Amino acid sequence: MLAWTIYISFVGAFVLMLLPKRAVRMARILALLTAIAGFAVTLEGFVQQQTGELATITRVSWVPSLGVEYHLAVDGISLTLLLLTGIVAIAGVLFSWNIEHRSKEFFAFYLALIGGVYGVFLSFDLLLLFIFYEIAIIPKYFLIAIWGSTRREYAAMKLALYSFVGSAMVLVGLIAAYVVAGAKTMDLVQLAQFPFPVHFQMWVFPLVFVGFGILAGLWPFHTWAPTGHVAAPTAASMLLAGVVMKLGAYGCLRVAMMLFPRGLDAWGFHVLGFGSWREVFALLALIGIVYGAMVALVQRDFKFVIGYSSVSHMGFVLLGLMTLQQIGLDGAVLQMFSHGILAGLLFAVVGRMVYDRTHTRDLTALEKMDLSKAIPFAAATFVLAGMASIGLPGFSGFVAELQVLIGAWRAFPLFAVIAGVGIVIGIAYTWRAMQKAFFGTADHGAIVTASPLPPISVPERIGAALLLGASITVGLYPQVLLRVIVPALHSPLFDGLWKGSGR
Amino acid sequence: MMTTFSYLGLLYQVLPEVIVVAAALCALSVDLIFLRTAELRLRVFVGAALSLAGCIAAVAWILHDPQVVNDFDGMLILNLVVQRVQIALLVLTMLTVLIFIGSTFTQHVSEYLGLILLATTSMMFLVGTQNLLVIFLSLELLSLSLYVLTAFNKRSVRSAEAALKYFIFGGISAAFLLFGFSFLYGLTNSTNLVGIAGGIHGSPLDPLLIVAMVMTLVGLGFKVAAVPFHFWAPDVYQGAPAPSAAFIASGSKVAGFFIFYQVMALGLAGAEGSSIWHGYTSGWVPVVATVAALSMVLGNLVAIMQSSVRRLLAYSAIAHGGYMLLGILSHTDQSLSALLYYAITYALTVVGAFGVVALVEDATGGDTLADFAGLSRRAPVPSFCMLIFLLSLAGIPPLAGFFGKFYLFSMALTSTPGILGLLWLVILAIAMSAVSLYYYLKVLKYIYVADPATDAEPMRVPILRQVVLCLIAVGVVLLGCAPNLLLRWL
Repeated sequence: MLAWTIYISFVGAFVLMLLPKRAVRMARILALLTAIAGFAVTLEGFVQQQTGELATITRVSWVPSLGVEYHLAVDGISLTLLLLTGIVAIAGVLFSWNIEHRSKEFFAFYLALIGGVYGVFLSFDLLLLFIFYEIAIIPKYFLIAIWGSTRREYAAMKLALYSFVGSAMVLVGLIAAYVVAGAKTMDLVQLAQFPFPVHFQMWVFPLVFVGFGILAGLWPFHTWAPTGHVAAPTAASMLLAGVVMKLGAYGCLRVAMMLFPRGLDAWGFHVLGFGSWREVFALLALIGIVYGAMVALVQRDFKFVIGYSSVSHMGFVLLGLMTLQQIGLDGAVLQMFSHGILAGLLFAVVGRMVYDRTHTRDLTALEKMDLSKAIPFAAATFVLAGMASIGLPGFSGFVAELQVLIGAWRAFPLFAVIAGVGIVIGIAYTWRAMQKAFFGTADHGAIVTASPLPPISVPERIGAALLLGASITVGLYPQVLLRVIVPALHSPLFDGLWKGSGR
Repeated sequence: MMTTFSYLGLLYQVLPEVIVVAAALCALSVDLIFLRTAELRLRVFVGAALSLAGCIAAVAWILHDPQVVNDFDGMLILNLVVQRVQIALLVLTMLTVLIFIGSTFTQHVSEYLGLILLATTSMMFLVGTQNLLVIFLSLELLSLSLYVLTAFNKRSVRSAEAALKYFIFGGISAAFLLFGFSFLYGLTNSTNLVGIAGGIHGSPLDPLLIVAMVMTLVGLGFKVAAVPFHFWAPDVYQGAPAPSAAFIASGSKVAGFFIFYQVMALGLAGAEGSSIWHGYTSGWVPVVATVAALSMVLGNLVAIMQSSVRRLLAYSAIAHGGYMLLGILSHTDQSLSALLYYAITYALTVVGAFGVVALVEDATGGDTLADFAGLSRRAPVPSFCMLIFLLSLAGIPPLAGFFGKFYLFSMALTSTPGILGLLWLVILAIAMSAVSLYYYLKVLKYIYVADPATDAEPMRVPILRQVVLCLIAVGVVLLGCAPNLLLRWL
């Protein structure tokens, strides 16, 4: 049944393309219905799946001579991310309700991207996963290049090339693994059990990890993220930060770490104080956390603040992965979900609620507008989203980052402390942005906005409520996701990861 | 030796070729005898219909009566693979003819179609032989037809210039090839590829053999436009009439690579050498590896700079030639199948791309990137087809170009069991295909993102052209989503 998420999205994209040019309203409604249908299917799958263990959905031979299969399956990790995709997809359509320019194409590209994302999370054949992963690249390019804002063509090309370079690295690793295993299979389950030679894993692991990591915002390959997020139209920013970055993190976990766990072992010698790839990537993740936060602190453009905060929060995901502790990995997967929801919400506030009304994102300009009075709903949403984002208890960010920090404390105590500093800077930049954008000291009466800003529309309210609701639900009762994530991480697939030498 | 010799038997074996030649003659005579005063559209239509009928009859005959033949010491070889390549060539010819319908660049319709069919015949002979003499003869017939096809637009100086360039380069390279062949014959006393392999087998690399090998490589490298023998390609792609360019880029590439593979893998078996990392031994493989690496790098990097879409396609063709050479230098049975899959799907895509270029040229008079601006608003269907073609060329799944690359590269790695010897080339190829996305996206950016000129009206695209383009696009998607359709054939 879950396979229908993919088909529904692609069929929706196809039907949208056939609509007449003028049918703007129809296109919106169709896109919304498609997104809701996808979410409904996911939710049904989520409710049905009690244990979080691996369950095959479809498995048919695809290219017999190469042993490639069309193999869709789902486990707890995929389920969590599918749920995230469904929620963000609906919210994205709701926040794009005002798109008038070439709207049917917009939603067609949008749904094609969603379909690709669903596909990645459901694929259990390595080649299939890669195919869906690449399908997602092209719609991103057009979404940004056509409907974007600041330096959109540059940002779109940068994003496409970064993604493609990343996937080229993955492709090298994937072909090499296929040939070395020599079993004529691309099945993730079988490959995960194949004992690749350690020296082979030692070079393939970093290659594939960085390849996926580029899309997850791994420092120093993160630079596509802020420019891309800023240039993208609201819904595309939401998807980029919300789910596309998760594709990268998911790939790191599902492919790089699951297939080549020995790549994380100690090298047996030290270079510049590093003794393994694990330490290298943990440090890069840590730099991402602190650097992203510090850069966010000094931005003038509201959207860049959120863009860099994404880099910082994704750093927690990668750090959590590198702890190789049960609690750290749980936290990492939870953080993928949490950040997806919250980044979506923050971009929606900045891009749709504020920018589409004020036509500026400059914090000093916004300061004078007294937005908390003009659009109180946006201010309230941003306050809540900001609180969730800095990790106040009761929201999803808290549970996720806390688990990552505990895991990091066990693995690299010093790193945990520095990451804690990163959280503190996170409070600072969120506070600063909130203060400047919404609660600025307007000289009352001096600059009254010429025309009152249009009120927040119903679709925006629903979208915000949906995302906030998801964050609070997970924050108050994380077990709803953890009950499927934990068994998935304990499945035999990840045995290599837990049993690696020295762990 | 030749005690019984049946000409009728021979004609029966090459009946598909005979049908194609007959179709060419029919098209010529009908046009020249009955339709001299008819209007151009009718003449194009009748000529094209006759040519298509000939090709379809030939395909039907091959399918109806598949033969396994090995005549006269390898002069005529027919087997399953050869016949399927022949079918692919005929299909590509048909698509070229379909794209030709509606063109107005020439009054000499039947001559044009006749030459295309003659070129097709020569390609069919080319893939159906393992004998140096017949290889050379078919190559010459093919090349001569292509020179004329390039020059066919008499109103364009570019067309004439391109043809002259093509002719001069082609003439020189044919001389090289003949020289190489004569050395091979002198060394081994055989013109049969298998015989040649037997003659050179076991002996250490003779300096004469090296000369022969290099000469042959120059000649064949020219045919497939590999660096450094690629200079003709950009001019020809730019100057030739669109259907000719499509034909040169598609059918002639497939046939060229097939025979390249045959000569190297069959004829020079035993003189391979090796180009694995840290395991270099001399032979033809390291030469081909160098040529492949150069083609990939130069083709992709120079394509970035192009502002004419035709030249861009030419440089991208050089780069794709580089990838395909990987299939030759790994020379296993599986890599032949990968090479053919790649070459055929690539040819299909390129025919489609030239079809779109032709449309744009008809409407705007040029093929620069600016002429493509806002095409998606002016002609949505061809634009979407172009999106599919270019993304397939860039190797984006689930299109045919991606699977072709994947198959080709994994077979290249498998060819050295136990060690990943060719990994360096595969890494280079994948890295370069990442570069290629940039320039393909640049074209698509003009088509989809840029706004059309203010005075631009919706383009009038003939229904037939739209149908052909859509068919090709569907083919590219289908072969990518279900590669097995083609793979179980090869």
